Amino acid sequence: MIETLNKTEASHPSPTGEGREGTEGPLWEVFIRSKQGLDHKHVGSLHATDAKMAIENARDVYTRRMEGVSIWVVESKNIHASNPDEAASMYDPANDKVYRHPTFYNLPDELKHM
Amino acid sequence: MSVQELETIFDNKLEREIRIEPKDWMPDNYRKNLIRMISQHAHSEIVGMLPEGNWITRAPSLRRKATLLAKVQDEAGHGLYLYAAAETMGISREEMIDQLLTGKAKYSSIFNYPTLTWADIGAIGWLVDGAAIMNQVPLCRTSYGPYARAMIRVCKEESFHQRQGFEILLTLCRGSKEQKDMAQDALNRWWWPSLMMFGPNDDNSPHTAQSMKWKIKRFTNDELRQKFVDICTEQAKVLGLAIPDKDLKWNEEKMHYDFGEINWEEFNNVVNGNGPCNKERMAARIKAHEEGAWVREAALAYSEKKKQRQTPTAA
Repeated sequence: MIETLNKTEASHPSPTGEGREGTEGPLWEVFIRSKQGLDHKHVGSLHATDAKMAIENARDVYTRRMEGVSIWVVESKNIHASNPDEAASMYDPANDKVYRHPTFYNLPDELKHM
Repeated sequence: MSVQELETIFDNKLEREIRIEPKDWMPDNYRKNLIRMISQHAHSEIVGMLPEGNWITRAPSLRRKATLLAKVQDEAGHGLYLYAAAETMGISREEMIDQLLTGKAKYSSIFNYPTLTWADIGAIGWLVDGAAIMNQVPLCRTSYGPYARAMIRVCKEESFHQRQGFEILLTLCRGSKEQKDMAQDALNRWWWPSLMMFGPNDDNSPHTAQSMKWKIKRFTNDELRQKFVDICTEQAKVLGLAIPDKDLKWNEEKMHYDFGEINWEEFNNVVNGNGPCNKERMAARIKAHEEGAWVREAALAYSEKKKQRQTPTAA
């Protein structure tokens, strides 16, 4: 069904070539959990030569104002994503299934707590 | 799909205020224009650290010093957000830095003016950051997703920058006569360059019309400049300082302040490299880049070595 897996925005379509690692080190994507109980959320990217440096840089750049309690970093080249050009066919199967939503069902007003 | 069809889809997204994301098809000129704009913006953040960095060691109190340090650190972060946003368009950070250091790319002309007194740090926060915020708030709705997201982050952080600057000036204005004079002198020197930050007049701005069409920009240079003049004129009254413009006058009909003509010759000179500090700023950036080379090399060598150690060689 999914014909091609594509790199994300994350893995920046660089014309200078995939996985290009100049003197600045590879690119990393940063995910931050803003508080305990919430998901990690993508906040941006940065260059670092290894994971430890990526986490330290992420701390300095993305949590200067207590924005996080946990950081994930992942090298951008390891992220795969769906292709936006295929979005129409990709998500089409869900388009005609309104019965998956609770509001689809007609129930009398006197019915409570449902 | 033909280019025409792709263009129709692209235009349609802009029309419906759907953000353009990195993997989406976009016209070459949209990409080029944005790379130019975002990288210039990033360079401005980085070069912008220099005039303020000049006063970190001489801030008049520990409170002011801590604040200024935090502000300059923020600018470095903003540079990084913006470089990362530009990278999503397919240019590498190295290429951008190279364009800056070889003089191929521009940065905001304001940072080519010197910071002569402590009051200049106040004036920069109030006026320069004020003008930057005026530009950046509408950019939070710019049509390119990564740029808009970077701007939201920047704007959130930047609001303290302007307030700390105003507080510095307010303190000086409530101080001795010498202190108030110092504040007035800073305003006199920073006012006009701050107005220039909005760029050429609309009928003279080569990129504005297209940028508006692409919804990269939401307001024209002159619209933003007018807003800035209106707001600052009122704020100057709180400080008790006089804006150095004899033509500045409330226009009841337009419900805006009229203001004098900008010295465009000066603007062009500074943009073309002949401002008071252009050479000094570039020299400082090149020096930092060259002197940091060994750190980048060492970090890379270290990560290589670690990778080799992790891959066990035949025993």
